[in-house]
Amino acid sequence: MDLELAFFAVPTLAKGLWLTALLTASSVAIGFSIGLALAVMRLSKSKALSSFAKGYSTVFRGTPLLVQLFLFYYGLGQLSFVRDNPVLWWIIGDGAHCAVMALALNTAAYTSEILRGGLMSIPGGLVEAAQACGMSRLLRFRRITFPLAIRQALPAYGNELVLVVKGTSLASTITVLEITGHAKRLMSQTYAILEIFAIAGVLYLLINLVLITFVRLLEARLTSYLPR
Amino acid sequence: MALGFWQVWEGGWISAILRGAVITIALGMASMAFGIVIGVACGLIKWARVFPLTLVVDFYTSIVRGVPELLIIYLLFFSSVEFVAQVAAAFGYEGLAGNGYAFTIAVVAIAAISGAYSTEVVRGALAAIPNGHIEAARALGIPGRRIFRRIIAPQMLRIAVPGMNNVWQTTIKDTALVSVVGLQELMRAAFVGAGSTRNPFIFYFIAALVYLAITLVSQGGFDWIERLLRPRTRK
Repeated sequence: MDLELAFFAVPTLAKGLWLTALLTASSVAIGFSIGLALAVMRLSKSKALSSFAKGYSTVFRGTPLLVQLFLFYYGLGQLSFVRDNPVLWWIIGDGAHCAVMALALNTAAYTSEILRGGLMSIPGGLVEAAQACGMSRLLRFRRITFPLAIRQALPAYGNELVLVVKGTSLASTITVLEITGHAKRLMSQTYAILEIFAIAGVLYLLINLVLITFVRLLEARLTSYLPR
Repeated sequence: MALGFWQVWEGGWISAILRGAVITIALGMASMAFGIVIGVACGLIKWARVFPLTLVVDFYTSIVRGVPELLIIYLLFFSSVEFVAQVAAAFGYEGLAGNGYAFTIAVVAIAAISGAYSTEVVRGALAAIPNGHIEAARALGIPGRRIFRRIIAPQMLRIAVPGMNNVWQTTIKDTALVSVVGLQELMRAAFVGAGSTRNPFIFYFIAALVYLAITLVSQGGFDWIERLLRPRTRK
């Protein structure tokens, strides 16, 4: 590989690395909260709540993220009540904010399915025992249901995190210069396509490696009391 | 909103969107077909641990599954476009950047992506086949090729169907990404319509509905295949 090119390309792509990490972190934080709420709604006895959560996950999992992103960024930006509302315009008007919203709403749908599986795997006896001890609903959820569900769901959630990292690359289509955005620009400037791809690819693999290691460590910590 | 629909209908955009949808489905199916071929070959290699080849397959699947799809599409498209243009020029075709070329590259890219995911599905399905079945067949002196055809392949097929459903769903959604390199599929049709009528909301909304229809119908299809392949055991 051309050394001069590397000196030029690595710092540029590293600038994108920061934005990619930021996009990932914010959309995972928001998406997890919405996803948890949706999973609880899905399992609630109320027919309206559970069918809303089901419909949400069908729609967001059934359409490409790129379509969702374009619908929010170009589509909603066209509506006058969005333009006139300062809060909504703050979200939609800026590429990075809009990408975070699209990613968060998208990952929330997948997260809700993963967490639903975890919540359903909890033995009924455990919840009943907690109930018999006089724990309130919220306390039961905080101390019994949620920790057990999250442990069950962690491996699948690790995969979902990788998908979010890869999803952030779509932000480059709405003019956000994260890793892929910079990479595309460099590719068309330098024609060193394979080299740029290799550097950008390594950066993505690094982020994913860090995330997966983190999830593995968390999993080991949460299951440390189990016999090996 | 109602005005938007009327505009889409009047402008003849519905047929453009439907044509795009047909290309999307064709692209998805072609990529999935190649992806399954790649997946079965690589899955078998990974399962049987054929020494030097496993390393190559591991490298391929970990790169493709760890790097964004969009980046892979950019790599394949940008690195080939000049080469293909030169070849075309050598044969006397000027300015060949038509839909046929974009479709071919799109199939290569999406098949490479869906193949990597299929590999994992096939490997998982193979690993789920009880070892005793294969040992029993060996003990009966059934030749290796027939063991594969009669014992391994049918079970693998059945176990792999739910995983393949997931791969298909992501494959059909990944096809939207090739719109960025100009293939006239569903997403591109919506993009062009949105640009020329200055009404992006309605166009992307319709595109989302069409994608949703495709994924819902194929979900039904996979449910049907799963029922069809369910083992008929004694109750």
